[in-house]
Amino acid sequence: MNAVLLALRNLLRNRRRSLATLLAMTIGLSAVLVFGGYASNVVHGLETAVVKRSGHLEIQRKGYFLDGSDNPTNYGIAHYQRIIDLVKNDPVLRPMLVVVTPTLEFSGIAGNFAAGVSRSVAATGVDVKERNRMFLWNDYDVINYAHPLALAGTPADSVIIGTGVARKLQLCGPLKISHCAQPAGQEAASGGGSGSSAPADILRLSARERASEAPKSATQIDLLAANTRGAPNVINVNVVAADNVGVKEWDDVYLVMHLQEAQRLIHGSGPPEVTAIMLQLQHTSQVPIARARLEKLLKGPLADQPLELQDYDTLNPMYRQSVNFMASIFSFIAVLIGVIVLFTVGNTMSTAVAERTVEIGTLRAIGLRRAGIRRLFMIEGVVLGLAGAVLGVLCALCVAFLINHSGLTWTPPGHVYAYFVQISILQDLPLLFGSAAGLVLVAVVSAWWPATRASSMDIVDALRHA
Amino acid sequence: MPIVQLKQVAKTYHLDSVHVPALRDIDLEIRPERFTVISGASGSGKTTLLNLIGCIDRPDSGEIVIAGKAVNTMSDNALSDYRCKHLGFIFQNFNLLPVLNAYENVEYPLILGKVPAAQRKRKVLDLLEAVGLADRAKNRPGQLSGGQRQRVAIARALAPSPELVLADEPTANLDSQTGREIIALMRKMQREYAVSFVFSSHDPQVMAEADDAIVIRDGHITSVQRQGEPLEAAQ
Repeated sequence: MNAVLLALRNLLRNRRRSLATLLAMTIGLSAVLVFGGYASNVVHGLETAVVKRSGHLEIQRKGYFLDGSDNPTNYGIAHYQRIIDLVKNDPVLRPMLVVVTPTLEFSGIAGNFAAGVSRSVAATGVDVKERNRMFLWNDYDVINYAHPLALAGTPADSVIIGTGVARKLQLCGPLKISHCAQPAGQEAASGGGSGSSAPADILRLSARERASEAPKSATQIDLLAANTRGAPNVINVNVVAADNVGVKEWDDVYLVMHLQEAQRLIHGSGPPEVTAIMLQLQHTSQVPIARARLEKLLKGPLADQPLELQDYDTLNPMYRQSVNFMASIFSFIAVLIGVIVLFTVGNTMSTAVAERTVEIGTLRAIGLRRAGIRRLFMIEGVVLGLAGAVLGVLCALCVAFLINHSGLTWTPPGHVYAYFVQISILQDLPLLFGSAAGLVLVAVVSAWWPATRASSMDIVDALRHA
Repeated sequence: MPIVQLKQVAKTYHLDSVHVPALRDIDLEIRPERFTVISGASGSGKTTLLNLIGCIDRPDSGEIVIAGKAVNTMSDNALSDYRCKHLGFIFQNFNLLPVLNAYENVEYPLILGKVPAAQRKRKVLDLLEAVGLADRAKNRPGQLSGGQRQRVAIARALAPSPELVLADEPTANLDSQTGREIIALMRKMQREYAVSFVFSSHDPQVMAEADDAIVIRDGHITSVQRQGEPLEAAQ
């Protein structure tokens, strides 16, 4: 008599009880897998969004991340093209690289002085072609609506602003932003140029800049920033689109422009610099290797500048917080369900031991050792766990199929484009096998105590049991 | 040489603070290849004596020798192995495994004894044939009558070819006709397989069939009647 077959027959003795236990295990594992698959999809979605936007690694001037943002003058990277070429041609890094692109971040004031309004912005100068290539990264096949920057093929003076910036600058009409109330008297202000919210010196500077230019279109604004000598500099730019970037605080200051134009504003005719060089890799798993190699380059051929590396995890604290948040909820659910399964299986096995006390005595009398009795009940626990694991996985896959084809979407924090809700179970094998193995382990642990109790029974007492 | 020797065996049950002496300084020898009955009133100690002889209980003092082997000093695992190979058990309630059919119930002790499959099969079929249940091999205990279950239990007890079979009131749960048939079958098997049977019973049918009769009262052996020998005096 095969021990597994014997265990199976014993489990089928009380079909209703075994089925109830199996049902609890199946539902428990399904819940863990479906939530785990959802969490996995959320994490992959967040990672994809982060990597699309800012790559995996950034080379920055030392101290820029903590102290230097908004200060491109003191924290700029000189001769950045040499660094990019060195990185791109490095034999270790080359096979891993997708995009290596410079970026220049600075603070400024955007003014629609025709309407008499201005506001501070966090501007970024980018290599549009390379930055849009970064948007193509999708290592996890996450379905999303992310769209590239609308700056491709536009003149050098083109910029994109956040919808919040557009509202503040009263550009809702020209940029066709819906649900945006124009303040009373805007027409008069636009025509007369008598707005009073901008400082007088800014208005004078803007007027001087405009004096030599052709008449502006309705989407043209002035962008003021401090140049490398600390003096204010103004350029006239054309807003080609307004994007909602999801987080209001960011949307209210967001401005993206061509890198050369940003450098013209900050560095004038001086040597252009950037505040970071972004590296996007083929796979996130390559970050440690790429990082190690870049560290060597920074200490070797690039040691002439005080540079440092930051990875996507450090640069995007919200990503790590979201991942940790999902992990904590998953752990809570898994532990909760684990405890429920533990007690359910334990109760089933304890009842089985109580019901089969005489049988235990008989088996011991005819020569089965204590370990044999323990093994008998442990195998029943394992069989119950395996059956629960198989049914739980099948059930979770069915639920995942239904959800994946339901068309539900979600928008990651800090993003405007929606992602389809996907339950990634088969794509996350550690989750699948880890949860299934966990269930079997819980079932085995649950069976251990009743099995040990059964094995330690006194034969005579067991035989005497009514 | 006796199949069972008990020397100054004593056993006391401890129920909370109450000490109940079940056996007191028992000296006993049971002859091999005999049908031996231990009889006595309820609570006299006959089941305790049978349990000690069957190595499923341990004495507080004294020595027990089964087939020349002192068993009361053996470890639990060694005792399990010893029971598996040298002893057979027949219970009042049959105690068959309900999830196993008649064939599998008889086969189980042979699996425990690691008997090769082919030899196992031959032995089980022979035994089922001998107890008249060859056509019921696939039936589970629930599909058998009380008498048939006890026949399966007899076959199971004899499966490992033990030197000694212990039966605790094997006819107590059977009607008198079936009881007679079971006694006859056990008698037949005892002779056929040249094995020693020891019963605890107060069934007159069983006692009438016995070669040797041991009477126990209040934990003492009061008389031993061996076939062809005069009655031994009480201890």
